[in-house]
Amino acid sequence: MSERFSVGDRVRVRRAYPPGHVRAPYFTRGKVGEVQAIAGSYRNPEQLAYGITDAERLPLYRVIFRQSDLWSDYEGGPKDTTVVDFYENWLDPA
Amino acid sequence: MTNEHEHTHGHDHDHDHDRTFQPDIEDSPFTHYQVMAEALGELLIDKGIFSADDLRRQIEHLDTRTPALGADVIARAWTDPDFKAKLMENVNEATESIGVDAGDIPIRAVENTPETHNVIVCTLCSCYPRGLLGPPPDWYKSRAYRSRTVREPRAILAEFGTNLSDDVEVRVHDSTADLRYIVLPMRPDGTDGMDAAELAKLVTRDCLIGVSLPDDPGGA
Repeated sequence: MSERFSVGDRVRVRRAYPPGHVRAPYFTRGKVGEVQAIAGSYRNPEQLAYGITDAERLPLYRVIFRQSDLWSDYEGGPKDTTVVDFYENWLDPA
Repeated sequence: MTNEHEHTHGHDHDHDHDRTFQPDIEDSPFTHYQVMAEALGELLIDKGIFSADDLRRQIEHLDTRTPALGADVIARAWTDPDFKAKLMENVNEATESIGVDAGDIPIRAVENTPETHNVIVCTLCSCYPRGLLGPPPDWYKSRAYRSRTVREPRAILAEFGTNLSDDVEVRVHDSTADLRYIVLPMRPDGTDGMDAAELAKLVTRDCLIGVSLPDDPGGA
C-alpha cells in the first residue's frame, strides 16, 4: 500500500466532527504534529464498527505532538510530547 | 435443598439468619451493557459460531496472562541484547521466540532512556497489552486517568510517586488504533550482578504502563 505521508512530514488532524464511531481523539482535531512512524495498514475501524467487514485498508501513522501545541496552557516540561495513532483518512498536509 | 431449619448444632439463633444474605453483585439490576454482552454470547453459542466451552477456554486463557509474563520479557531484554533488538522490532515475534504467546494484536515496546520517559494510555477506551500483562487495572480504564494522562501527565505520574526532571521528555502514547504499547523501562542501577529471574522481580505492572519506575534493588 502506498502511503500519502512519510516519516518527518508535518500533518494536521482534520477538524471534523462526524457522528458515530470515530478513532481520532477530540483533543487532536485541527492540531499539527509530525509523522514519527508508519505502522502498517489496517482495515478502517470506523467502517468495521458498522459491520462492513471488507472495509478499506488504510495506512496507520504514529504522529507526535508537542504538548504545548495540544494545550496552550500546558504546565509540564517544555519537551513533553504525546504520540497518537491515526489512520490516513484523518490527516492532511500541514 | 433440605429444610433450612434442620439444624443439629446447638447455638442460639435469635437473629433471622435464614433471611440474611451477604450483598452480591447480582442484587442490583444488570446494566444495559451487561444484558447486551450476555445476549450476544448466548446468540453466538446458539448459532454455533463458537461453543460455551470455547468461550470458557478463551476467558481462562486471558486469565493466565499476568504482569509476571511481561516482567520476564523485560528482564530478558535487559540481559540479552539480541533479544532486546528483536523486541524493539516486533514484540509479538520476539516473545514467540522464547515461548510466550503475546496474542494476535500487535504490541510495540517503547524504550525509556535518560532523555525520554514513556507512559501508556488509551483515551478512547481502555486498550492495553493484555497479551503480555493480562487485564488492565481499574484505574487504567477510569475517565480520570484517560483524560488527565494526556492533559497533565506529570500530575498523574506524581500521584503514582514518580517525579521526573523537566529536562526529561515525558512522552505519552495514546493507543487509539490497532497497536498496543508496553514500556521497556531502564534497568535500575546496582543490578549488575543480577540474573534475569532476579531482575524480573523488580519489574512491576505499573512500570510497564509507565506510571512508575522499576523497584530499587536495595529498597524492595
